[in-house]
Amino acid sequence: MTQSLDYLKETASQTAGPYVHIGLAPGAAGFDIYRQELGWDIAGPNARGERIRVEGIVIDGTGSPVKDVLLEAWQANADGIYAHPEGGGEVEDGFRGWGRVITDFATGEWGFDTVKPGSTPGRNIGPQAPHINLWIVARGINIGLNTRLYFEDEAEANAADPVLNLIEWERRRATLIAKRTERDGQTVYRFDIRLQGEEETVFFDI
Amino acid sequence: MTKPGEYYQRDRMWHPPAYDKDYKTSVTRSPQYSLISLQNSVSEITGPTFGHNDVDPLDNDLIKNYAQPGQSPIGERIIVHGRVLDENGRPVPNTLVEVWQANAGGRYRHKKDTYLAPIDPNFGGCGRTITDENGYYFFRTVKPGAYPWRNWVNDWRPAHIHLSIFGHAFAQRLITQMYFEGDPLIASCPIVNTIRDKAAVGQLIAALDKNATIPLDSIAYKFDIVLRGRRSTMFENRLEGN
Repeated sequence: MTQSLDYLKETASQTAGPYVHIGLAPGAAGFDIYRQELGWDIAGPNARGERIRVEGIVIDGTGSPVKDVLLEAWQANADGIYAHPEGGGEVEDGFRGWGRVITDFATGEWGFDTVKPGSTPGRNIGPQAPHINLWIVARGINIGLNTRLYFEDEAEANAADPVLNLIEWERRRATLIAKRTERDGQTVYRFDIRLQGEEETVFFDI
Repeated sequence: MTKPGEYYQRDRMWHPPAYDKDYKTSVTRSPQYSLISLQNSVSEITGPTFGHNDVDPLDNDLIKNYAQPGQSPIGERIIVHGRVLDENGRPVPNTLVEVWQANAGGRYRHKKDTYLAPIDPNFGGCGRTITDENGYYFFRTVKPGAYPWRNWVNDWRPAHIHLSIFGHAFAQRLITQMYFEGDPLIASCPIVNTIRDKAAVGQLIAALDKNATIPLDSIAYKFDIVLRGRRSTMFENRLEGN
């Protein structure tokens, strides 16, 4: 016999299921219940920095769009500070850094408006390139998938990013780089997420 | 600069695997490559914060939060209560807990649910609350019904409530489902059985808690939720990785 460590075990994950919208985005399920749903105010009008739009689609192993995904985004502000007591400082009023978005039931497209984050301190070596942390849940996803969106126009910072450089297969790093485009004068980053296949998006165990 | 204390590694043998052929939808939605393991940086040890501006006092009362004045939903009145803890056994205060569920007949108020059991005009099926300083939370609702679903031709979900919990770091983010003590459908549910460890399944089954019932009013179930614990920074680990 040895002493017991007395740690608790983390509650096991279960899929968010097809009706995740009821709990986390009831308007999309078809009814209005809360004074205010959560996750629409990732970067309010006062948030500093370049206004951008991020868009994409989640694609399953058959090449079809996944139309019942819920994504959450967590990002630093333009100065690289997270809105959290350990986030590296104070953020401006109106910057929250957290967003929640669902895919369109018909097309599978998702998108949100935010500001481009700044670079953040790495754990050990060098800064992390600007990135948005994403968490993806849906029917058929047994435990939420963590990934990161990096920006195409940050090539130099991306090349030095400690997390991208952890990915042994260089060609897989490209799955995390959002493509910069312009539409009606607005900057749009395109970030498609592939759950399977040769171009499967890199997912992290954080 | 002191390195942030990391969250304990997730036990991936305890959680369900991404791929489980008996939960058919997972087959084409499960990543095939291995996850890339990260040491926690500031991106993982931080996460969104929520306050009482974000929720209303009635949001945790599913018996009232969608009912017409003077009416209430059909079903067995229950209280679901418990604590959000971390793996060190410490309470997780001031964290957002969101729930959603079917009504007493097993029907969801969702445009994609076509089960023949009726919608309850007095039941929305979602709620949210913020844990108190001791990590405690509670909801009042009606017990959800079991319902059939298309997996194998005759699969039925046991009665369950979905829960979404944030904790204090994006690394702690969790969605799970709570089941009810004594439900015979638990053992044969392909979604429950994505979890291999029977003890992990047991941790998802809320116990009937007669001490917390309100006599002549509502029966109670207790459901504690455990989020990842965090390493204290007695010594820095060696410089490598990210």
